[in-house]
Parts: sequence; C-alpha cells; structure tokens
Amino acid sequence: MTSFVKPHIRRKNEPVNELGLVRADYDGAMSTLCAGCGHDSVTASMARAFFELSIKPHRAVKVSGIGCSSKTTAYFLREAHGNNTVHGRMPSVATGAVAANSALTYIGVSGDGDSLSIGLGQFVHAMRRNVNMLYVLENNGVYGLTKGQFSASADLGSLAKRGAPNEMPPIDPVSLALSVGATFVARGFSGDREQLVPLIKAGLKHKGFGLIDVISPCVSFNDHKGSTKSYAHTYKYYHKAVHADYVAPSKDIKVCYDEGEIMPVEMHDGGVIRLRKLEKGFDPRDRAAAMSALANAQKEDEILTGLLHIDETHPDMHALNKMEDRPLNEIPYAELNPGGAKLHELQKGFR
Amino acid sequence: MKPTDTRNPDYFHKVVDCQWACPAHTPVPAYIRLIAQGQYGDAYLLNRESNVFPGILGRVCDRPCEPACRRTRVEEEPVAICRLKRVAADHRGEIEDKLPKKPEKTNGKRIALIGAGPASFTVANDLAPLGYECTIFEKLDAPGGLMRSNIPAFRLPEQVLSEELGYILDMGVELKLGTPVESMKALLDEGWAAIFVGTGAPKGKNLDLQGRYDTDNIHIGIDWLESVAFEHTKKIGKQVLIIGVGNTAMDCCRTSLRLGADTVKVMARKPREFFKASVWELEDAEEENIEIVVNHSPKAFVLEKGKLVGMLFETMEYELDAKGRIETQRVTGEVTIPCDDVILAIGQENAFPWIEADAGIEFDKWQIPMIDETTFQSTIPGVFFGGDAAFGPKNIIWAVEHGHQAAISIHKHCQGKMLTGRLPDELEMVATKMGMFEWRYSNSYDNSDRRQMEHVELVKRFEKLDVEVELGFSAEQIATEVERCLNCDIQTVFDAPLCEECDACIDICPVECLSIAPTAETEGELRNSLSVSEVEDGQALYVSDGLPLTGRVMIKDENVCLHCGLCAERCPTAAWDMQEGVIHIHHAEDQDTTSGRTGP
Repeated sequence: MTSFVKPHIRRKNEPVNELGLVRADYDGAMSTLCAGCGHDSVTASMARAFFELSIKPHRAVKVSGIGCSSKTTAYFLREAHGNNTVHGRMPSVATGAVAANSALTYIGVSGDGDSLSIGLGQFVHAMRRNVNMLYVLENNGVYGLTKGQFSASADLGSLAKRGAPNEMPPIDPVSLALSVGATFVARGFSGDREQLVPLIKAGLKHKGFGLIDVISPCVSFNDHKGSTKSYAHTYKYYHKAVHADYVAPSKDIKVCYDEGEIMPVEMHDGGVIRLRKLEKGFDPRDRAAAMSALANAQKEDEILTGLLHIDETHPDMHALNKMEDRPLNEIPYAELNPGGAKLHELQKGFR
Repeated sequence: MKPTDTRNPDYFHKVVDCQWACPAHTPVPAYIRLIAQGQYGDAYLLNRESNVFPGILGRVCDRPCEPACRRTRVEEEPVAICRLKRVAADHRGEIEDKLPKKPEKTNGKRIALIGAGPASFTVANDLAPLGYECTIFEKLDAPGGLMRSNIPAFRLPEQVLSEELGYILDMGVELKLGTPVESMKALLDEGWAAIFVGTGAPKGKNLDLQGRYDTDNIHIGIDWLESVAFEHTKKIGKQVLIIGVGNTAMDCCRTSLRLGADTVKVMARKPREFFKASVWELEDAEEENIEIVVNHSPKAFVLEKGKLVGMLFETMEYELDAKGRIETQRVTGEVTIPCDDVILAIGQENAFPWIEADAGIEFDKWQIPMIDETTFQSTIPGVFFGGDAAFGPKNIIWAVEHGHQAAISIHKHCQGKMLTGRLPDELEMVATKMGMFEWRYSNSYDNSDRRQMEHVELVKRFEKLDVEVELGFSAEQIATEVERCLNCDIQTVFDAPLCEECDACIDICPVECLSIAPTAETEGELRNSLSVSEVEDGQALYVSDGLPLTGRVMIKDENVCLHCGLCAERCPTAAWDMQEGVIHIHHAEDQDTTSGRTGP
C-alpha cells in the first residue's frame, strides 16, 4: 500500500465516557505530519481531553490559522465544526464565532509562526478581550512547513539544523499573555500527556481565554543538538511547577481537598480546578508571582510548565460587552431583525 | 523490573496464540501467508512439518488454535484456521517430490509400531527417512486407527486419509494389516531396537443399567462406528437415542441418519454449557435436524417381549454457582422415550489386554501405563507410548505431537544417548520492512467477518454414507479469510536506545496497547499504572530497557496488540520494528545437528 490509515477497531470492554462514546470516536483524519511530530501527540491529548470531558463532538468548534500546527484540527474530532482560516487571523474568526454562538466549546490550534509573527496582533487582542476559548499554541521554534527557518519563539543562541545561530531574542507567549492580562496561562510539553491532558480539560472549562503554550518538537527541522526545542533539550530542562486537575461538578469535590498542598479554584460551571503545587511559595492565582517564577526559571534555563496563572473572576468577552447569551440561531427572526422602523429609531439615537 | 528477555523463544511463541495453543505448534500465520500468496503446496509442506496430516486435520482437527486466536479479542469469531489448512491440502498440487524420501539404505535398526493410527504413523514419518526400518502392526484390515474406524467418511473421505498415510508408507515403512500383537513379552523377545505403542483408547465405556444385556440393539459408540466403517453394519432402527454428548456422539447421531434412522435424539445429562462436543460439531449435527435433549439422566432400558422399545430417564434440575459450576442437582421426574436402538457414546478408555502383568511395564492404579511426559518412555527402556495409549483419550493433533516426541526419544535411544538431551526450540528474527508503508506481510486490518463453510444440501448428503458434507472454501472465501489473520508471528521489536519518547507510536496504536511510564518493581504494579490493563491468561507486558532521555520504560501489552505495524510505521527513529519471529521446533531429524541458528 502507498499510505496507511489507522483502522477503527472496537476492543471488547473498551472504556466509554458518559455519552457512551469510545476514545476513538474523538479521532479525526489520518495525520499527514512527519512521523514523530510533537503536534500529533498534542492532537491525541486534545482528543483524549474532549473524550474525558464527555463533550459531544458536534458541539465543539475547531479553528486554526496556517502552518503545521494549524493542519492538526483535521486530525481530531471528525464530527466537530471547523474553520481553517487565513494565516494569523484565527483569533478574529474565533471571536466572531463565539459572539454568534457562545454555547459551543471552542478550541483554537495555532503555532509559533501563526501566533507570534504574522498573527501577533490578533493573538494579543483576543487575550485582552478574554474570548471564551482554549487557544493551544504548538510551539517548536521553527517554520517547519517552509523547511526550518527560525520562528519568533526561537531562543537566543539556539542553532538551526545547518548550524546557524539565532541572534534575535524570542517572544515568550506565556510572558506575553501574563503581561496583557490573560486569565488562564499554562505551558505544557507534547511528551507529557499526564500533565497536558488535565491542562487542556481545565482550559476548556475555563470561562474566558485559555492559553496553553505547548512545547512540541519538530522532528524534521528542530530536533538536533544545539536546538532548545528538541525532545532531548525539553526533557532535560523540563520543570513542572504546578499540576492542575479539573474536577467536574457532579463529582464529590470536597473529599479531595488537602489544604496547603492542593489549591482549589472554583469554576463557572460549578467544577473545580485542583492545583497541586510542585514548588514552594508559588501560587498561580497571583499574576505577579507567576511572572516572577517565570523570570527566575528563565534565568536558570528551566522550562517552567503547568498551569502558571488562573483568574476565574475576570469577566469574559460576553460579560464585558453585555452580549446575548442565546446563540443567534436560536433567536426568532423577528427578534433578530426587528425591521426598518426599529433601525431608524436606533440610528436616531446616535444623531 | 527487568526488561523483557525476548531471546527466550517461548516469549514470542506465546504471542502467537494459535501456534502456542497447537500441541504440535503449527506455524499458523506463516502458512496462512503462503496461502494468501497462492503457494498452496508450500503451505501444505509447512503444515506437514509439524502436524503431518494437513488434509485430515484440515477437516477433523479439534482446533485448539481457534479459541485461542487473537482475532477473538476484537471480534466474536476466530480466523477459520482449520478450514484454511484444508485449503492448503485441497490445492496443494504435486508435492510428492518435496516430501521426505525413503533413504537409499537403512541403518539396520528395526522399530515396531503397534497400532496404525496417527501416533505410530508420525513416529514412522520422522524415523523412516533417517534410515530406521519401521514396521506398523495393525489388527484391522485397513490403516488409520480411529481416523478410519471412528471418524465417518462424510467428514473425512477415505481418499484423503489414504493419500496422507500413503506418503508415509512410501518412505519405506512396512505395514502389517490384520496382524494384532497379542503378547508384549513375545514382542520384546523379537529383538526390536525400540517398540512404540500407539494403540489408542479402544474400549468404549459401558452403561450397566437394567436391561443392558437383554437385547442386541444397544451399541457401544466407537465399536459401532468401526463396524459401520468396515461395512459390517449397514442399517439401524427408525428411532435412535445417543447417550452422551461428546464428539463421538455427534458422529454416531449423524451416521445413524445415513443408515436409515428417522428421528435421532442425543440425550444429555447436563445443560448445554457442559457439553463436551466441539461447538462446530454440535452445529453440524443440529443442521441435520438432530435433537439434543438436555437434563435427562439414563435410568433403565425398557424392553417389551425381549425387544428394546424405549429408555427410561430421570429428568434433572441443576443449580449453578457464580462460576457456572453445578452446586446442587435434583431429580424432578421420570420419562420414557421410545426407541429402536441406543448408542452409548459416554467416553472411552485405554486397554492393554495384550500386555502381560509381568512384562515389566508398570501401570498406575487406574491401569494407565506409567509414561514419562517428556520422553514418552515406559518403565522398560526402549518401549515408548504415544497418542491416546499414553495418557488416555485426547485427539489427533496431540497424538501427532506425542509421535514427534517419541520419535526423538527412539532416535536417541538407538544411538545410546540421553533421552532428555533434546534440542531446545530456537528463535530466528527476520526483517519484514520492504520500504515506506511496505511490509512483507499484509498489515492493514481487515474487518471482514469469518467466512461460512458451504455444506452439501441436506437431501443430497444422505444419499450415500460417504458424501463429504463440507465443500471447502471458494476462491473468494479464501481471499477474504486469509486477510483476517493478524500475523501475530510478525513481532513488534523495540530498540530502546533509539527511542526519543515522541509518543508517536502511542498515538497511532489503534488499540492503545503502548505506554511509556516510570518503571516499577513488579508487572502487577506496572499494570496498575497503565490505562489499558486487560489481562489475558499467559500474555505478558513487553517491558523495554530504560529510555535514553528520561529513564522511563516503553511498555506494550501483548494481550491487545493486533500486529498492524503502525507503531513501526510511525516511529521516526525505527526504534519499533516489525520482525518475523520464526520458532524452530525440532523433530528427530534435527537432533544430530548442532545448533547453527543465531538468536535475535
């Protein structure tokens, strides 16, 4: 055969979620990325998170821009809505979609090129607006689709595959997010699904903009010695600061508490994110503490991971703008379009 | 926990569930691949190396391989392994010149083989080409043992049996028909280099109830089948009761229909889940409108004026415990079922009336000869037992394996070597990668259901006693069924130093059988830490060495792996590879060669 597909095989006693679906029901088309690409692991973690949260696939929306990472929306949740948008313009499309129907679950998948170069302005403003979506930034430090040029997230001194060093300072999406007031800021690694799957679940349940910067190595162009985004480098300097577990509202939350060790953050849906400190004196609910922990880690060349900041109190775009909660497609036409007379009346008010 | 030692041939052998379950360890996936390539003759010869009688066993094997088949982990029905064996036999073409040859000269060592059944013929098959002068003694007038006398011709045509026995006789084996051996002591005095007893379990169990000896219409199943096979019995009454519900009972009831019976009932003492007959034999009998009556315990034969008119049964009721075992039983009443003939098919036993008590062969308290389970030697050096004669009734494929093992012993005995110094199994790993997305086997999963064997229509099959019921697979059926085999012998082989823990294999695996996790003290602890931890008897976790980047270990659950090779296809560093694990299982002819095989 000239290519291969992952067959759909139903095992006996295969685990099902609350909807009676199996994990494979959250798969998508076969990935055409390079074998060993970190993005495929992130895709698998996203599929698992949706499966574990028992989200109906057709009630989810996948949006992406352009790049290797942006291709991955095709590789999970085959029954979900999706929009593969213009390069760097995914946040605008997502913002529009969330405005039109806030009842769906939104996940944006982007990369370091799509988000930090061509789409930097869009990315920052979506965070400022606190659009209710999870934004997964698959970060590998190179433009893989165009054969391995440095991206804006490449570290100073990091070497390209042919040996040329990067001489420009990087944009760190996590520091950037903290500085513009993002309400859910996390970093993960494609190679650590024990950490990543709970982060994605928590991010999907966060009311507001959730950013997960995922170190996701490019096996073809940035997995060599001298790269700071290789599997080897990431495993070596990987530092877990805090572990987050999302506990759904139906589960008995109280018994899980162990104050001091576990910090509970109550979510809008009644669930709880349990933060498990792996480091003394670090409280992710405190933005300044997160920034300082991040600065310290950078000084030590450590890759600080986990749910680094969470703020459930800040209103999301809908609340800020006093927008309609009902999806537009559920509002009767007469109410949506009250007619010329009403429009005239409205316009009069602005004169 | 120590990494898995895949150099032990048993490790990968166990993964090939069918081959491991087969007493003769037939390399099933390997011969199915040959069938898939249209190489029927080679598939036949590969079969023959281990099971000697592919044509016979392709029809009537007990098929321990099929319940073990890995396919049943994801579907209800196993691969039709037995039927594919028959395909290899049906289409084998001219293979005679590739069979073991009669040696140019013999080595002068004379071996006596008692009983012309599958065990003796296997011993002859293994020893005659090495130069031994084998003589088979048979009391009946035709060879084959129970394969001829007990298995009806509508299941196993005479021609198929004669052809495969003929291959062995052509190796220079002498067959003495109508020559019962009547004295072990006399035989011992005849100066044979070795004696092999393969006389089967010829004594059908009796049912000593009231009226048993007052009529000629009560028959012992295996004796009656033999009498039919040799055309001494040509008819039976209109209403027939079969007592017992094993495979012999199935042969008795179906034979009765062909001898003129109208209604045949198989009477079972217990409920269906306790039946000894193979599921497919029950199905074939019921297809012929045999009624199987459960929960009836025989009490007496009913005679009127010296003629058998019926049989009295107690109706039973059973209570089962949680594990399905009978906890209590009680009699709820009595019923008489009319009949003209009764056939008793309630088991059989060994019997050695011709072995004198002082011949030197020791028997245990159940009158079973004391046989070494590895060498098959009795308490007299140079006298060996095999097949049903050794440990009681089993089946043909066990008899074949006993024959192989006894042949090794006889070869060693005749050379004056230790019987226990047998060549161990060996493992050879052969690459299967041909290129991008290309393997030397069909690795894509085919979700087709098991093909159903076509049968001769009911009216036609009763016209003669020897109309073979099963028609064999069509070309289309063969093409589909071979693709159902998962190729479990194409092993997943992992090279830990190459792994960079990208998780690509874990993500691509369609059955989620892979994990990377911190190592643990025991396999139990490791299983607990995995998301998928279904346990199948005997299937292990494949645990790697510590991985270079994190020191964690790669773990594969051998239970659920479907050998699709996607992990190896997806691996960027070729840490996963698919390699054919060829298990070399040695027979008598290999014993003099020093091992030239290299391990993995």
